[in-house]
Amino acid sequence: MNIRQIEAKIISNQKLNGNYGHLEFESGIIAKQAQPGQFVNIRVVDTLDPLLRRPISIHGVSGSKVKIIYEIIGKGTQILSARKPGEFLDILGPLGNGFDYLRLAKTAQRKNILIAGGMGVAPLVFLAEKLKLSKPMILIGARTKKQLLCLQEFKALGCVVKVATDDGSSGFKGRVTDLLNVVLSQTKVAHLFSCGPGPMLKAVSQVAQENKIIAQLSLEAHMACGVGACLGCEVLTKNGYKSVCKDGPVFFSEELTW
Amino acid sequence: MVKRKKPNLSVKIGSLELKNPVMVASGTFGYADEFKSLIDLKKLGAIVTKTITVRPRQGNLTPRTCETPAGMLNSIGLENPGINKFLQFKFSFLKELGIPVIVSIAAEETPDEFATLIKQLEPVNEVSAIELNISCPNLQKTKLISQDAQATFEVVSAVRKLTKKCLIVKLSPNVTSIVEIALAAENAGADALALINTLGGMSIDVKKRVPKLGAWVGGLSGPAIRPVAVKMVWEAYNKIKIPIIGMGGIMDTNSAVEFLIAGATAVSVGTANFIEPQTSLQIISGLQQYLMDNNMQNLSQLTGRLKACKD
Repeated sequence: MNIRQIEAKIISNQKLNGNYGHLEFESGIIAKQAQPGQFVNIRVVDTLDPLLRRPISIHGVSGSKVKIIYEIIGKGTQILSARKPGEFLDILGPLGNGFDYLRLAKTAQRKNILIAGGMGVAPLVFLAEKLKLSKPMILIGARTKKQLLCLQEFKALGCVVKVATDDGSSGFKGRVTDLLNVVLSQTKVAHLFSCGPGPMLKAVSQVAQENKIIAQLSLEAHMACGVGACLGCEVLTKNGYKSVCKDGPVFFSEELTW
Repeated sequence: MVKRKKPNLSVKIGSLELKNPVMVASGTFGYADEFKSLIDLKKLGAIVTKTITVRPRQGNLTPRTCETPAGMLNSIGLENPGINKFLQFKFSFLKELGIPVIVSIAAEETPDEFATLIKQLEPVNEVSAIELNISCPNLQKTKLISQDAQATFEVVSAVRKLTKKCLIVKLSPNVTSIVEIALAAENAGADALALINTLGGMSIDVKKRVPKLGAWVGGLSGPAIRPVAVKMVWEAYNKIKIPIIGMGGIMDTNSAVEFLIAGATAVSVGTANFIEPQTSLQIISGLQQYLMDNNMQNLSQLTGRLKACKD
């Protein structure tokens, strides 16, 4: 796979629910190559502070447009949220290894289940598009109703959408992995795909193990280079440390040591 | 109109001849193949590999990097596959590039490990030079070799006896007097010095009240440390005769020129590789332009040519 560095024009940049933003940029090359689970490493500004690029997963592509969703947490994402359509962003991508979905049955009697926590919905919409013939089910977890993202996008793809919120303001009250357990008791499941905060992924991994289901997890990590050179974003696997940016960000749950 | 000759960017570091003075610093460029689709590697003056140890190393606990104002901390901990696997799996790509490859090496426990490493590297023709990393801050040692003039002298002397290759010694800025250590390395037979490794640093998450790095402390790099590095290059240049490879926060041509004026013969681009992979190539053409603009034919007209302030 060829990693490219591109000066990409911003097509749109909008505020979403809560503290999230949605940005589209123009890059035929990245759009053509991108796979669900891969990410781009964005230089949000060309000054020296913030210094590092910001790794953000690909939310989808349409034609030559690439879409991302980001959470405004610090200085870097603050600056990104203020960038205007027509301006250019320096982008490295597509990076990493995405979800391994090609070998799955196109129309399954067993459901594929996607489990998202917070920002984790971003790459899973892209994945749901690829899996739409098998009508996957998506479980979305958030602290509160306000932080739920992409519900309509999943519905438009024909997914069964179930929601869990910590405060019960929407859907199931509790953790998304508790909701997963409920679903597993009622549904025949083929494969789990998940993206979200570390503790949630760990819980998904446990559920997968208990139920002998294969789970693919997309990890988050602090990154510097994004191409596997600095060895900063390592994760401990059964085969030693691996780079989240280059060997991941998607790993099979049985490979990880929690 | 007189047609001017294109300036000559070549430099000599001991026995090592470089077509230009811009290299990539150890630990910031992996084993080069990570960047092959992003830049034309053949244009680099030289590549310095990630530091290799005798045995494979897993490295430190994560998180291993953290951003700081105009810089970053790292506590990678010399993760590497060990010398055997390096030569078996990583070196073939490097040697095919046809540019000088400088192999960075470190000892984990005792300096004797350098003998084992040199023994394996010495017969390999495509290893153009050895960089002795006696200054990694991420080995959880109470004192680094390069924090002691006597230890520096002893280790460099011992390694000098084992290799005919160009021997570069990389020093730590975490010392009281860089000159003292630089002189010790020179007297022990180093062909060149690499100045500087990262500065010790720490960053704390005030919300959770925990260190931001898994190893608690790490090494600071990036433009934040450049003034410290330039000063150390200048101080060492005034006291030693061997060439200096200057590094520490080089982000563009002007910052590279700053090091050359301070006394560096060559420069290394480090942290900038993470942010703008084109940096080193941009500096190569930028230096060409700088020499032309200033009517210089070669870099010896620039190295160490710091003028006194005038009012």
